[in-house]
Amino acid sequence: MNSSLMLSLTTFVYGLAAFLYIVSWVFKKQAVGVLATGTSVAGIAANTAGIIMRWVESYELGIGHAPLSNLYESLVFFSWTIVIIYLVVERKYNDRIIGAFSMPLAFLAIAYASLSPNISDRIQPLIPALKSNWLIAHVITCFIGYAALAVAFGISIMYLFKEARTSGKSFLLDRFPAPAVLDELNHQMIMFGFLFLSIGIITGAVWANSAWGRYWGWDPKEIWSLITWFIYAALLHARLTRGWHGRRVAYLSIIGFMAVIFTYFGVNLLPGLHSYGQV
Amino acid sequence: MALLYYFNRSWKFFSSIKLTVVLLLSLAVTSIIGTVIPQNKNYIIYFREYGEFLYGIFNLFDIFDMYHSWWFQLLLLLLAINIVVCSIDRFPATWKIVAKKSMFDVSRFRRLSSKEEVTVNRSPAQLIEIYKPFIAKVFGYCRVEQTDEGVCVFGEKGGWSRLGVYTVHLSVVFLLFGGLIGSIFGFEGFVNIPEGEKTEYIRIKNAEKRYRLDFEIRCDDFNVSFYDSGSPSEYRSTLTLIEQGKPVLKKDIIVNDPLRYKGINIFQSSYGMLPPEDVALTFKNRETGMEYNKNVTVGREFDAPENIGKFIINDYRKSGKFMGHDIGETFTGILTRNTGSPVEIILPLRFPSFDRMRNADFVVSITDYKSRYYTGLQITKDPGVLVVYTGFVIMIAGCFITFFLSHQRVCIDIIANGPASRVVVSGISNKNRLGMQQKVKQISKNLARLALTA
Repeated sequence: MNSSLMLSLTTFVYGLAAFLYIVSWVFKKQAVGVLATGTSVAGIAANTAGIIMRWVESYELGIGHAPLSNLYESLVFFSWTIVIIYLVVERKYNDRIIGAFSMPLAFLAIAYASLSPNISDRIQPLIPALKSNWLIAHVITCFIGYAALAVAFGISIMYLFKEARTSGKSFLLDRFPAPAVLDELNHQMIMFGFLFLSIGIITGAVWANSAWGRYWGWDPKEIWSLITWFIYAALLHARLTRGWHGRRVAYLSIIGFMAVIFTYFGVNLLPGLHSYGQV
Repeated sequence: MALLYYFNRSWKFFSSIKLTVVLLLSLAVTSIIGTVIPQNKNYIIYFREYGEFLYGIFNLFDIFDMYHSWWFQLLLLLLAINIVVCSIDRFPATWKIVAKKSMFDVSRFRRLSSKEEVTVNRSPAQLIEIYKPFIAKVFGYCRVEQTDEGVCVFGEKGGWSRLGVYTVHLSVVFLLFGGLIGSIFGFEGFVNIPEGEKTEYIRIKNAEKRYRLDFEIRCDDFNVSFYDSGSPSEYRSTLTLIEQGKPVLKKDIIVNDPLRYKGINIFQSSYGMLPPEDVALTFKNRETGMEYNKNVTVGREFDAPENIGKFIINDYRKSGKFMGHDIGETFTGILTRNTGSPVEIILPLRFPSFDRMRNADFVVSITDYKSRYYTGLQITKDPGVLVVYTGFVIMIAGCFITFFLSHQRVCIDIIANGPASRVVVSGISNKNRLGMQQKVKQISKNLARLALTA
């Protein structure tokens, strides 16, 4: 059993968990929901084991480093944080429908890592630019932020569905939490995500200053993280003004998460980008 | 009076949160431009890419260096003013709440829609003795007041957390101010130094300027090491700083471990190879089979063996071309015989017998060459870093306080009900009202249990 196999297994388990949450929501089967939670817990155990095994394997290869150094490893960690944050929310608010909107995101992230032919799952040695203690702090805080904002994205979609059907009965929506609860939960997740996004940008800036001599260089990745930060900062302030509760905040949260995704993947598509390893 | 009028008008304009939202979203949207159009490239590249008309428009708005353009800086300035004015405008009201403990009004709590109620078999007087220390423990601040129907216990905590948002705003001011200091008093430059050489002049980034340091930097050595896979593992430069002719500091720098001296930071940024300087050549007489080895300097003419004439290596290409094919590292030499015109000889490193094709009496080939590395250093000075880092710390602390701590007030309304008492618990919080409701429920449960066990 190696880490790649373990993480492929995790992909399958997360896929199953996402499916079970959706079944439990659509067919209103409490028992299936409990099974979904159990599956998620098994998935997080496999995911954790996979990350630890990969860490150990990198030491066995003589190039030991934390498994947070490339796209594959970051995606694996991304889905790990999404599931952890979701499970905490599920426990605290005792609601499993959110799982139908969060677990698919965790599944997609790890499935993209495992199945995309463009993403190598080989353990590679660290390039000089990444050899720093800031690597772990920077990547972990960024992805905690991203994961919380991903869950907020799922909750915002739920809010928009629920809010659109306030009158009459809807088979699928009547067991959703009340709009006010979703709005509050969305806000909680965004505050948590925004804090960690800020810490992620800050650790990145401090690291950049120790590696390249400037804490801010208007690099496309930096700019997009700042754009994301601006959007969520605007959202947090918009919420304080009249008429900007609920629906508009949910839209902003969705736009904000699009910016997160673009910061994560899209920046590679932009022209004139320097890659971190370039000499 | 007119002045005051305009001052009040602008104050009102800048104290609006709607303005904050508009400014933040404008910054978000405009920032995208500079990620789509590469910044600070040569104007010829832009001209070719966008054509005369678009180039003219983009140039007018400084799109090619947009993050330093007047309008982008103006947006940042407006945001700074907005933040400061908003904070000053709202601070006195907040300070009032924070500085003095709230005037509790039981009727305010009684009007709340969500309350928890339990009935316990004790008198209000007994309950006060039990509840007061409990509330004091949970909330820190506790006060007991008589009401028309009995007695009530108030608890309060976290009033100071209302200041969190001001600290976040302060941190943004720190960041902008620190950035300003850096852009006025700092610089970002770079320099390439060959092994064994020294310099005190560096080039400033994005400007045709040289800058003279107070000291010289000497590169004693440069090394690059590789993993087995061939990818680079470490770039290491051994540097010596020389001040007034004396070495003052010697250090190996690698990526992520720079050298700092007198406010100047020196970073490992790139490296390269100088063109070869010394070359080992072989001349082979085809007839006799005699071989002559020579170590020569590039660009210096020397006598070829057997007195056939003069030879000079005059060119080096990393990837030479021959009849359209890439033949790799290639030197070019010129043989000037004692009689006849000079002949150009192509000497690819990869193909030692390449010169046989010439069908001359001598076959020339390169056996080895030596070249030096140069190290590419990034050299910066930024006196604003400390201010920016202070801003970072304040921002993290401020965000934590603002998002996760709240000003909570709770009221335990105890109403005599015969020998027993009705205990009504209600609470208000400036944030996270769902969380407060849960907390009120929990407190009510605890109070019921305490009344039984105490």
